[in-house]
Amino acid sequence: MPVVDPDQLFQDKIDNEIKIEPKDQMPDAYRKTNIRQISQHAHSEIVGMLPEGNWISRAPSLKRKAILLAKVQDEGGHGLYLYSAAETLGMSREEMINDLHSGKAKYSSIFNYPTLSWADIGAIGWLVDGAAIMNQVMLTRTSYGPYARAMVRICKEESFHQRQGFDALLVLSRGTKEQRDMCQDAINRWWWPALMMFGPRDTESTNSDQSMKWKIKRKSNDELRQNFIDMIAEQIKTLGMHLPDPDLKWNEERKHYDFGEINWDEFWQVVKGNGPCNKQRLDARRKAWEEGEWVREAAIEYAKKRLTS
Amino acid sequence: MTQSYTNYILHLADNALILGQRNAEWCGHGPVLEQDIAITNISLDLIGQARSLYQYAAELKGNGATEDSLAFLRTEREFKNCLLAEQPNGDWAQTILRQFFVSTFQFYLYQSLLTHSDSTLAAIAEKSLKEVRYHLRWGSEWVIRLGDGTEESARRMNKAVSELWCYTGEFFVPADYETAAGSDPAGLKDAFYSKVREVFTQASLAVPENVFMHTGGKNGMHTEHLGFILSDLQYMQRAYPGCEW
Repeated sequence: MPVVDPDQLFQDKIDNEIKIEPKDQMPDAYRKTNIRQISQHAHSEIVGMLPEGNWISRAPSLKRKAILLAKVQDEGGHGLYLYSAAETLGMSREEMINDLHSGKAKYSSIFNYPTLSWADIGAIGWLVDGAAIMNQVMLTRTSYGPYARAMVRICKEESFHQRQGFDALLVLSRGTKEQRDMCQDAINRWWWPALMMFGPRDTESTNSDQSMKWKIKRKSNDELRQNFIDMIAEQIKTLGMHLPDPDLKWNEERKHYDFGEINWDEFWQVVKGNGPCNKQRLDARRKAWEEGEWVREAAIEYAKKRLTS
Repeated sequence: MTQSYTNYILHLADNALILGQRNAEWCGHGPVLEQDIAITNISLDLIGQARSLYQYAAELKGNGATEDSLAFLRTEREFKNCLLAEQPNGDWAQTILRQFFVSTFQFYLYQSLLTHSDSTLAAIAEKSLKEVRYHLRWGSEWVIRLGDGTEESARRMNKAVSELWCYTGEFFVPADYETAAGSDPAGLKDAFYSKVREVFTQASLAVPENVFMHTGGKNGMHTEHLGFILSDLQYMQRAYPGCEW
């Protein structure tokens, strides 16, 4: 009998666009990469509730309050699907949460920036969710089945999130001078961090090659970033605002927008924990978890009593 | 319609908004993800109810009133919510118990409003009742789970009872506008306490006796908490008057 290389069999499946399912054989590194990526994605949803949650109590109208609450609640729901998808790879939600709290697991750096005005809620919807969608649409075709299916559900809701963000900014852009200033200021502060969401340049991205080969990701960081810039550079015309990049210019030859240099030093500082809100975000998550411990224990204890009675 | 009737609708709206605003403080900070989502969902339902009621009150009031002018531009003394709704979240036990009390009251109240002669109010009550039925079930389950969970959860539930029981009596003392609107909250008292006793029994919680009941919220005499709730709630509309959002 010929010797079959399991890694080659696995790669054949990937190449033939057959989804990998929880009980399938998979290389250890594939499992680990997916756990890392899916749990990081779940953590991002949960930590991401904090900057937007910061404005729920102060939303300027009842309609906006209801929309914002629904959106932040959706993010909690996305966190749940994603933790469930990651659990199919053999790590419990509790372990993942512990890794978040200890700093071992990461979440998207974008949530380490503060929401300083109401316009930030619009800017997050439009730019941050807009950037996330580029990545998430790609992930609906990722090779790991449960992750791909979770992303299909998530993408449907995310496009509503992006629209509401743009709509909130559109109202501001047509409002008073104070509202227009608030809108431009939010765009100025969120633009560059949103571009950093796509990760390091392809030449410096350590996990990229293998992830592309395994079809965990299907487009490179730079490709996605360029698509995003091309989209936003057009949409901002409707707002009558500008992007804070003097080098942003349509390049007829490339059929893409050229853009200025990202501040990679800032990027790495925020990744390393030195962003404006890294500490506050993690502290808030740890506090909620610690203060909720007695509640979770009571629920377990009560369930046990019911089983034995 | 009279000013008094509009006040009645505002009273119902204020109860829903202020409790919705309080519950929303949990969003992103709940003890476990599923319950973070649940309390946010209840908050959303309450804000939805408040919106229907404010929109109706704005229509009755005329003069350019809107749901937002009623929610964001009235003062502490004009708010007519019961004192219970504005009490701080405290720990999860206190939030659960506050929700359970309000949902129990809303359940019987909205049921009684289904046959109200004002068909708009009856329709709002019917729609809200579907949501409140779920809130009541969720609240009851959690009161029982915590009351009959661990020693610590029972201790916290008992503390919540001692903090909040004194605000339950206000539901049943009718304000003038309630009587004028043909609402008889005193008539709901027996059903309310009987439901509470039933759930407390399952939760192994003692029902307090002879507690002094605080009132005043319905007539605009609030606890010190309301001013802070409104300063958050109304900040944008006060800082940037007359804008669209």
